[in-house]
Amino acid sequence: MSEPIIKIENVNKWFGDFQVLKDINLDVSAKQKIVVCGPSGSGKSTLIRCINRLEEHQKGTIIVDGTELSENTKNIEQVRAEVGMVFQQFNLFPHLSILDNCTLAPIWVKKMPKKEAQELAMKQLEQVQIADQANKFPGQLSGGQQQRSAIARALCMQPKIMLFDEPTSALDPEMIKEVLDAMVNLAKGGMTMIVVTHEMGFAKEVADEVIFMDEGMIVEKAETKEFFANPKSDRTKLFLSQIL
Amino acid sequence: MNSLNFLKSNKQNFYYFLYLGLFLFSISILDVAINSFLKINVTSFLPGILSIFLPLILGFVGLNFIRTEYSGIKSLDIVNKNINTNNFNAILTLLIIFAIIKATPPSLSWMIFDANISGDTKEACTGTGACWTYVKVWFRRFMYGMYPNDLHWRINLAFILVIALGFFGFFLRDNLKKYLALYYVIIYPIIAFLVIYYLISGGSFGLVWVETGAWGGLSLTFIVSFFCLIFCFPLGMVLALGRRSSLPMIRYISIGYIEFWRGVPLITVLFMSSVMFPMFLPEDFFMDKLVRVIIAITLFEGAYCAEVIRGGLQALPRGQYDAAKSLGMGYWKMHIFVILPQALKLVIPGICNTFLALVKDTPLIFVVGLAELAGMLALAKTNPKWLGFAMEGYIFAAIIFWIICYAMSKYSYNLEAKYKTER
Repeated sequence: MSEPIIKIENVNKWFGDFQVLKDINLDVSAKQKIVVCGPSGSGKSTLIRCINRLEEHQKGTIIVDGTELSENTKNIEQVRAEVGMVFQQFNLFPHLSILDNCTLAPIWVKKMPKKEAQELAMKQLEQVQIADQANKFPGQLSGGQQQRSAIARALCMQPKIMLFDEPTSALDPEMIKEVLDAMVNLAKGGMTMIVVTHEMGFAKEVADEVIFMDEGMIVEKAETKEFFANPKSDRTKLFLSQIL
Repeated sequence: MNSLNFLKSNKQNFYYFLYLGLFLFSISILDVAINSFLKINVTSFLPGILSIFLPLILGFVGLNFIRTEYSGIKSLDIVNKNINTNNFNAILTLLIIFAIIKATPPSLSWMIFDANISGDTKEACTGTGACWTYVKVWFRRFMYGMYPNDLHWRINLAFILVIALGFFGFFLRDNLKKYLALYYVIIYPIIAFLVIYYLISGGSFGLVWVETGAWGGLSLTFIVSFFCLIFCFPLGMVLALGRRSSLPMIRYISIGYIEFWRGVPLITVLFMSSVMFPMFLPEDFFMDKLVRVIIAITLFEGAYCAEVIRGGLQALPRGQYDAAKSLGMGYWKMHIFVILPQALKLVIPGICNTFLALVKDTPLIFVVGLAELAGMLALAKTNPKWLGFAMEGYIFAAIIFWIICYAMSKYSYNLEAKYKTER
């Protein structure tokens, strides 16, 4: 295995007195796809939000693509530009059209010429099969279309790593598939992905490794087949029996 | 209640009841109208109390006949739903209609039929109505204050220029559109200031110097409001952001500023600016009273703007911040492109509210000796030649202020509709 692109060592985090992350260790190498699952409140979202420092960890080290994340990190924006993120609530900018949503950051953060940014955006929108909606506003699209736009927006920054924070949890059942399809395509393209999700079908199809978290700890970490075939801890077994 | 039901219409006699009800209702209105407009009491043959209450009783019975659950006639249903839902509302409706009819003839005759507008002196006002001659004679003073009569063109020209420059932004070429905000926030106020300074103040280019003490009337209202509006908005924006800053120093300075200015009355601030402030300045340093007043009002209203804008910032979901950050935007890019455009849209009604209050607060500058529209009225009504016409003057000022404020709120509705976004 090559040098990991994300290195998480002994990370601890507290919200007030409540410890959300306890001694998390995780290495992710390039092109690896990792699915994180677990009951709500187990710290999955917090963990991946720490990776692009939307949350700050209080103890331990997180190294993303050679840059350590800490209070002294000067170029946190550069790190974030290399780590795309897709949220549960889409978080598209409602005052901008889909195309502008996609070109905003490339133009102003990466200083890309407008024309180039638009071409790139259209290419990414085509990838998620939503190019015909480019000039609409987020409020005019369905949830599935919005989430696919959000994926395209993140991809427009040409990130090395993509984080997904329960991307299908806020969607109607019939729209989940179109979003998952887009994610599967992305995975096949060789993107490094960390996905927090309860879609076990997706995990089986795409993931190299599955991590099960509970109460702020990584309870189990195994290769996908192994994880589903014979989970080791009782907690994992219980969880899987409930969710499958 | 059941005993009244025989008076209720049913499907068969619905139209009979409707016409009868309308007829009774019309008679009651007609009776009051004749009484009020022609001063003839048609029902004087009836005993006293009955004569007074007859229209009310007739109207009440009429409305009671009209009232049905659902008739299918659109206008009738609207009436029933809004002003005729039950007996109590029917009586209120009637009383309000009667009051309006009663009040119309005297106010109309005072304002129009018995009013005078000809002549140039107080003696021309012979009627019992309003003396609009007063407003006519003083009109120029109300508009331009003590500004010399033959120089009024300079004020007009300055305003036309400033308004034209304001519209200039709409005609910018597309590739210059991105500088629009810059133009309105920085360049436009400076140009407007220079135009007003050089044209209205004069003193160079062969124009006679007119000191600001002579400025006044509606034009001064406009000048003060205009500059306070365009300066207090950016100030409020900076303070709102400062109050939410993660740097404690900036946050506490902003909170301190806002709470200080919100805690003192405007009138005190104005006194301070004109009386106390010059004492702290070096002797050879001079700052015009008008400028000091504008700065004082701007600082004062900026605090209010800040809190309104903060409300908008507060209303945005955290996801918007997260999304902007995750795309690698720093603090300023995030706020300029993502947060502020959305937040400012949300606060249009609140900002409009603050601005309207500001415009209506400008008469307070009278306490430091600057006479804008309301101030000029106060001066004019004490003129020995024109004593006793305060009413006409204040009605005139009220109408003008109402027009200005209504125009502003209409404009804010337009902005709201224009920038409406679905979430």
